[in-house]
Amino acid sequence: MDERSSEIALIHKAQALNLKKEHRRQSFWVALMWLFGLITVSILILVVGYVLLKGGTAINWEFLTTPPKGGLSGEGGISTTIGTTFYLVGLTLLIATPLGVGAAMFLIEYAGEQSLGSKFLRSMISIANFAVETLAGIPSIIYGLFGYALFVSTLKFGFSLLSAALAGACLVLPTIIRTTEEALLAVPDDYRRGSLALGATKWQTLYRVVLPASTPGIITGIILSVGRVISETAIFYVTLGGSYRMPTSVMDSGRTLALHLYYLAMDTRAFDKAMGTGAVLVVMIILINLLIDFVSRKLTAGVRRVR
Amino acid sequence: MSGRMIADKVVKYILFASAIISIIIVLAIGFFIFRESIDAWTEIGVSEMLFKTVWRPGIDQYGILAMIAGSLSVTFGAILLGVPLALGCAIFLAEIAPEGVQAVVRPAVQLLAGIPSVVYGLFGMVILVPLIRNIDVPGNSGYGLLAASIVLAVMILPTIASIAEDAIRAVPENYRHGSLALGATKWQTITRVILPAGKSGIIAGVILGVGRALGETMAMIMVIGNSAIMPRPLSSNPLTFFLSQARTLTGNIAVEINYATGIHESALFATGVVLFGLIIVVNASARWIIRSQKYVEKAN
Repeated sequence: MDERSSEIALIHKAQALNLKKEHRRQSFWVALMWLFGLITVSILILVVGYVLLKGGTAINWEFLTTPPKGGLSGEGGISTTIGTTFYLVGLTLLIATPLGVGAAMFLIEYAGEQSLGSKFLRSMISIANFAVETLAGIPSIIYGLFGYALFVSTLKFGFSLLSAALAGACLVLPTIIRTTEEALLAVPDDYRRGSLALGATKWQTLYRVVLPASTPGIITGIILSVGRVISETAIFYVTLGGSYRMPTSVMDSGRTLALHLYYLAMDTRAFDKAMGTGAVLVVMIILINLLIDFVSRKLTAGVRRVR
Repeated sequence: MSGRMIADKVVKYILFASAIISIIIVLAIGFFIFRESIDAWTEIGVSEMLFKTVWRPGIDQYGILAMIAGSLSVTFGAILLGVPLALGCAIFLAEIAPEGVQAVVRPAVQLLAGIPSVVYGLFGMVILVPLIRNIDVPGNSGYGLLAASIVLAVMILPTIASIAEDAIRAVPENYRHGSLALGATKWQTITRVILPAGKSGIIAGVILGVGRALGETMAMIMVIGNSAIMPRPLSSNPLTFFLSQARTLTGNIAVEINYATGIHESALFATGVVLFGLIIVVNASARWIIRSQKYVEKAN
């Protein structure tokens, strides 16, 4: 009897030890995960902080409002590159938004339709979905190469805002399609049924009921795309030409902020001006992230109200 | 048929046309890049291009093996540095961090994803390259695989972390409860139950990170040195491999396309075809892994 109880005591002791060991191991790994989270935030603070502090000293009213002078020392400001960036963003989204929203509406709203019974249309829809996924994974230099071959050379648009915007539109198209699809899926089916039951046609339902209800989601997609065009460099490096003058038409060459940063850093080695340009870019990206956060919060608030 | 019925039909076809646009773009990209590269493949020769390491357009030498090696090496370096950090970050966000901390870390990861690649490149040029130049090895310029791998690791971190976090969150709550009820600690639950259950999503995230790494262009040009040579150790220490300069496939295209003509231009498009092929394979395998997991889930 005595032997048995001491055996049990031993087992208990071993189990307690084992548990202690597991707990020690757990505290180690959990601490390490905290460290990884901390490192990630520190990297962000390091990069953003350095660029803002260092670049901030280069930014003043004159830097923002005078055009670059060109030449090897990187003299002058960045006014025309800010202008070109907005010009290009507007042109790109003008091309991509209607196409993207239209595509998403077809892929979501018409895909399940009875009249679309034909095999051809069905397979087209699944191929289209596959194509959107493929587009999302294609690296930007490939879009650049494509834009260079088709728009710059074959169609003879030359190095111009038009060539760059068309290539850029291909880049942001999957973003707009996917976010619009999500927004459309979030609209309750009751809305559609209610509208159709009142005698509206499918298009009337889409245009007057579904589209307004999904506007915040679509806007999120558009803002995301604005951010991508602002940060994109590779495509515009091979399609936009790089002139630092303000373009006066869509056939003119130009230089966005990101492209200007690249030329300053690589060709002129004017690192302080490049940092200043980088700081302007980072501020824009932070504002865009805040805006997306704001819109998507509005979106979820809207959904809650509906329920 | 009344007017609004006709409008309904017309609109349907317009929307159908815009849905088809993405198919047309994918086909057009494949077509144009391949068409422009045909001269290079036929005149230079497929094996000559893919297996020769000398790239000197001046004397008609167009081997892209050095660039393939450059792209793969820098991707390997970025994965080595970036994946542990990204996975740790994903586990932290999904399982460990209290909500208040999540509300700081998650936007930080999102912002990392949004910062333009030229800003990362500039940061690398101004901070990392001078630091690395201090390593005392003959021939070390600071520009090279190490600087490029570090920059690239930070750039792929958000991609991998956010997909892996989603995969971990998608593991059903029951699994966690079951494991904890059996007396496992939280960490045992994470490593033996949650991570294996979310494995395929996590792997898919890593593969998509590889795809992003292979495709990155401007930041790589800025810090990798761009010498079109096979990367090799600078001294007898094999680790100095990472101090070697290199050139990526993407960089090869971007640096030379604006002044290239004739067969040289065609060879750059051929570089694009190789890159395009690599990316398609990488992304398709990620998609395949995600799909097959979904079937398994349905079957259960």
